Amino acid sequence: MDTIFALATARGKAGVAVIRISGPRAWIAAEALAGNLPEPRVAGLRRLRLGAEDLDEAVVLCFRGGASFTGEDVAELHIHGAIATVAAVLQALGRIDGLRLAEPGEFTRRALENGRLDLAQVEGLADLIDAETEAQRKQALRVLSGAVGQVVDQWRSKLVRAAALIEATIDFADEEVPVDVSPEVLDLIGGVAQDIRRELGRLSAAERIREGFEVAIVGNPNAGKSTLLNALAGREAAITSEIAGTTRDVIEVRMDLAGLAVTLLDTAGLRETEDVVEAIGVRRALERAGQCDLRIFLLDQDEIPLIQPQDGDLIVHGKADLHPTEGLSISGKTGKGLDRLIAEITARLSERASGAGVMSRERHRDALIRAIGALESAQDEVLRGGERAELAAEGLRQAARALESLLGRVDVEHLLDEIFASFCIGK
Amino acid sequence: MKHFDVIVVGGGHAGTEAAHAAARMGARTALVTLRADAIGVMSCNPAIGGLGKGHLVREIDAMDGVMGRAADMAGIQFRLLNRRKGPAVQGPRTQADRKLYRLAMQGLTAEQANLEVIEGEAASFMTAGGRITGVRLADGAELPAKAVVLTTGTFLRGLIHIGDQKQPGGRMGDKPSISLADNLRDLGIETGRLKTGTPPRLDGRTIKWELLDMQPGDDEPELFSFLHRAPFVRQISCGITHTNEQTHQIIRDNLSRSAMYGGHIEGVGPRYCPSIEDKIVRFADKTSHQIFLEPEGLDDHTVYPNGISTSLPVDVQEDYVRSIYALEDVKILQPGYAIEYDYVDPRSLTQSLELRSQPGLFLAGQINGTTGYEEAAAQGLVAGLNAARVAVGQEPVQFSRTNSYIGVMIDDLTTRGVTEPYRMFTSRAEFRLSLRADNADQRLTGFGLDLGCVGETRQIAFESKMEQLASGRALMEALTLTPREAAAHGFAVNQDGARRSAFALLSFPDIALPDLERIFPDLSALAPEISAQLAKDALYANYVARQERDVEAMKRDENWEIPADFDYAAMSGLSNELKLKLSRARPQTLGQAARVDSVTPAALTLILAKLRQMKRMKTA
Repeated sequence: MDTIFALATARGKAGVAVIRISGPRAWIAAEALAGNLPEPRVAGLRRLRLGAEDLDEAVVLCFRGGASFTGEDVAELHIHGAIATVAAVLQALGRIDGLRLAEPGEFTRRALENGRLDLAQVEGLADLIDAETEAQRKQALRVLSGAVGQVVDQWRSKLVRAAALIEATIDFADEEVPVDVSPEVLDLIGGVAQDIRRELGRLSAAERIREGFEVAIVGNPNAGKSTLLNALAGREAAITSEIAGTTRDVIEVRMDLAGLAVTLLDTAGLRETEDVVEAIGVRRALERAGQCDLRIFLLDQDEIPLIQPQDGDLIVHGKADLHPTEGLSISGKTGKGLDRLIAEITARLSERASGAGVMSRERHRDALIRAIGALESAQDEVLRGGERAELAAEGLRQAARALESLLGRVDVEHLLDEIFASFCIGK
Repeated sequence: MKHFDVIVVGGGHAGTEAAHAAARMGARTALVTLRADAIGVMSCNPAIGGLGKGHLVREIDAMDGVMGRAADMAGIQFRLLNRRKGPAVQGPRTQADRKLYRLAMQGLTAEQANLEVIEGEAASFMTAGGRITGVRLADGAELPAKAVVLTTGTFLRGLIHIGDQKQPGGRMGDKPSISLADNLRDLGIETGRLKTGTPPRLDGRTIKWELLDMQPGDDEPELFSFLHRAPFVRQISCGITHTNEQTHQIIRDNLSRSAMYGGHIEGVGPRYCPSIEDKIVRFADKTSHQIFLEPEGLDDHTVYPNGISTSLPVDVQEDYVRSIYALEDVKILQPGYAIEYDYVDPRSLTQSLELRSQPGLFLAGQINGTTGYEEAAAQGLVAGLNAARVAVGQEPVQFSRTNSYIGVMIDDLTTRGVTEPYRMFTSRAEFRLSLRADNADQRLTGFGLDLGCVGETRQIAFESKMEQLASGRALMEALTLTPREAAAHGFAVNQDGARRSAFALLSFPDIALPDLERIFPDLSALAPEISAQLAKDALYANYVARQERDVEAMKRDENWEIPADFDYAAMSGLSNELKLKLSRARPQTLGQAARVDSVTPAALTLILAKLRQMKRMKTA
C-alpha cells in the first residue's frame, strides 16, 4: 500500500495549512522532515527540514493505524499557510521514497476501505465538508453518524421477516406452517412501503437543504427586482439601473437565511417585447422562476402578475419609499420592510425544511423508487394468493437489494467511482 | 497390484454418485465399501426428493447421474410438492421402497463400465510428496490411485446415543471408522462434530390403519429422471396421525433421560429436522405435532414414522409412541437414536470439493457438514467428476450459483461453512426462478455432454427435446395479437399498441395455455409436454430478464479471481475477525468473498483494490 500525502486544508493564503500523510510510511516520512516525532495524539512543535533545506516551523501530530481517520498510520503537519511554504513542504514530501501525492478523495476512500466509514457516511462526510449553513451541517452530521444505515436496517429487517414468512410457506409446505401468512406479510410490506414513500417525500426537502432552496424574484420591468436582490444580499450582486430590461440574464446570489442555504434569482422583467435578446431573457426567466421553490412577486399597486403565483408564493408591493401601502411592502432603496420580507421567506422555507429526512441524493431517490416498485409488485403477488408466492418473494428480494445499494452492498465498484468523482483532493 | 484413476471410499449416496460420475468420465474407478450388499442403503427416511432436494436430484439426473433413475425404479408414492404453487418452487418427491432402491443402485453399479466394487475397510491414505496416492485397507492391501473421493457419511468416529446409553457405530448395526478418522487428523485435517437423529421403526402390522387419514400419491406422478415417464412399481398411500398432550407430557417428564437434553451430545443438530424432544421444548404452546407413517417397502412391514426422531431411552420411546392415536398397540422394531460423527470444515475445500491442503483428496456428503441423501449425492457428482479430471491432469470444473442448486450448495459450503448440518432449500437460490426442477436438463445436460459424462441414450433424448423446444418457442413467438385483439379475447393487457406474442401472453397471470390454443389452433400441434414446458419458461421470462443484470454483476465479481496464496493477514485494513474468516474460507473469486459471513462492502473494496494493484503490477 502506497503512502499518500496532500494538503488537507483549502488552497490559498491562510494562517495555518494542514498537510496530511497516511500509509505505512507516514511516520517515517514525517520523521524525515521533523527529526523526531511526538507521542501519538500529542501535538509537538518541530522544525521541518529536508537535508540542509529549512522548510518551516510546524505543529506535528501523529495517529496510530486503527485510531486514525483513514485507519492507517497518519501524520499531520500544521504549517504556516503561505502558498510558497505549502508548495515547499509538498515538494519535499514528494522526494521521499514510497510517498506520492494523494488522488482526489483518496484519504476518504481509504477510510471506507478500512471500514472506518460506510458508503452513506462517506457521502455525509462530503456534504459536511461542503456544508455552508447550519441546516446543511446538521443534516450532514446525521448522515455521517450512520443515520441512513439505521433507517435502512430497520426496513430491511422488516422485509427479511416478510420474506421469511413467505419462504416458510414455500420451503416447508409439507410441514406445519401457517397456510396463510398474507395478513402479516401485507402489513410488513405496507409499513415499509409507507416509510419509504414518506422518506421519498422528505428527500426533496433534504435535497433542498443540501443543495439550497431557490427563490426567484419576479415582476414587471423596472419593478425594482435587482434593487431588492442587492438589498437582500447586502452587496452589489446584480447590475441595477433605471432602464427597464437591464437584467437580461438570470442572476444568482447565494445567501444563508437562518441556517438555510438559499439561492436568490433575479430574473428579467416579465413583459411582451420586440427585442430578441430581451425576449430570450424573459422566456428563460419564466422557466426558471417556475422551477423555483418560492417566488417573490414584486408588483406595483393594483398590478396583476403576468404568471400565476403558486401556493405559498409571496406577493410584495415595491418601491414603498415612493408609495407607502398596507400589507407586505418594501423598498430596496431605503430598506423599509426588508426585515419583514426576510422573516416571511425564512418562515416559509423553514416549514418546508422541517420535514427533511436523512436521504438527500438522486442515487437515494433511485434506490427508493426501485424498492417501492418491487414492493408494489410483491404486494400484488401476495394478493393474488399462495400460488404466486415465489413471485412475491422475488419482489421482496429485489426490494432488499435496492435498499442494500444505499449502503453500497452491491455494485460496489460502480458506486465508488461515482461517489469519489465528486471529491476534492486532501479531504 | 491394480492401479485405479479414482478410488471412492463409501457406498452411500455420495459414494455411489461419485463412483458413477468418475466412471462415466472414463476413469478406471474403484468403489471401496465395507459390504457390497449395503450399496444404496437408505439409513434414514425411505424417501428421495422434496423442496430444493428434488431440484438437486433432477440436476444429478441432467448430468446422467444415478440417484434419480434409482429413485424412479423404487418409487412407491410420487408427489410433486407445492403442486399448487409456481413451477420454480415445485419439488418432486417419492417414497422409496428400501429394498428396491438398494437393488436398483446395485444393478446400475454392476452395469456401469469402468467401475469395480471392492469390499474392505479403508484404514488410511497413501501419500507421496504432499499428494494423496491411494488408499490402504485394514487388511494391509494397498490400492494406488491418482485421486481419492472420501464419503464417510456418519461413520467417521460415529457414536450412537439412545438415552444415556452410547455405543460406537456408523449406523445401527455397522461399526464406525476410527482409524480413518485418526489418519485424517494425522494429515492435519481439522474436524468438528455434528449430530443427526432417526425415529423408532414401527411394525406396520400393529398399526390401526383403518382409523387413519391416508395420503395417496399424485394422480399424475412426476418422476425424477428426464428419461422416465411412469412409475415402475405399485403405488401406496401413507398414513397421518398426531402427537397429543399425553405424548408431550411423557416426553417432558423424561427430558433429562434424553441423550440430547441429558448433555451426552456435543455435536450440533439440524434446526429444521428437530427431534420430538426439541419440538416439544421449543414450541411448548403447540399441543399436537403431525406424523407421517411411511411404509418402507411393498413387501416390508416396517413403517417409518416421519416427525418423531428421538434419543430417549427405549422404554420412554415405547410409552410415548403408544400414546399416539392408532399406535396404541404398536411394536417398535428398532428404537430411534441420535448419532454423532466427525465432519470437516467445508471451507477447507475448493469449489471442486478437493481439500486444499491435500491435493488429490476429495470429500463429499455428510463429511462436509451436510444432511440428506440428495445433498450427499450432488456433492458426490461434483467430487467424482473432478477426481476423474484431476486423474488425467485436466482443470477442475465448477458449478455456479447462476446455473444450478448444485452450484449454490457448493458455494455456500465452501465460502460460508456450516454451523449446523446443511440442507438445501429453494430459498437459498437467489436465481430460483430460472433454476427449476423442470428445466434442469436445459440448464445442465449440455454442460454434461461437453464434459463427457452424459451417455448416448440421454444425448439423443435431450437433443430431440431441445429441437422441439426451439421450434415450439419460435412458433409461440411468431403468433401475435394486437392489444385490441387481446382485449377482444377477454385478456386484460395494456392498450399500448404493442403486439404481444403467444409466448409473452403466457406470462400474464390470467392467461393459460388452453386459452391460447383456442385462439391459435397451430399451437395444438405441439407435443403437450413441450407446450407445458414452454408455458413454464414463459411464466418467468420477464423476471428472468430482469435478473440478468444481477447474474451479470455476479459473473463480473466471479471473474475477479483471488490467488490461492492471497495474504489476508498482511492487509492493514481488515479486522482480525475478517482476516481469520477469509483465510479460512479462501474464496476463489471476489464474488465468493462477498458471501463469506460478515464481509463488509468496505472489506470487499479493499480486496478489489489489492487485486487491481496486483493486476497493474503484473501488466506493468
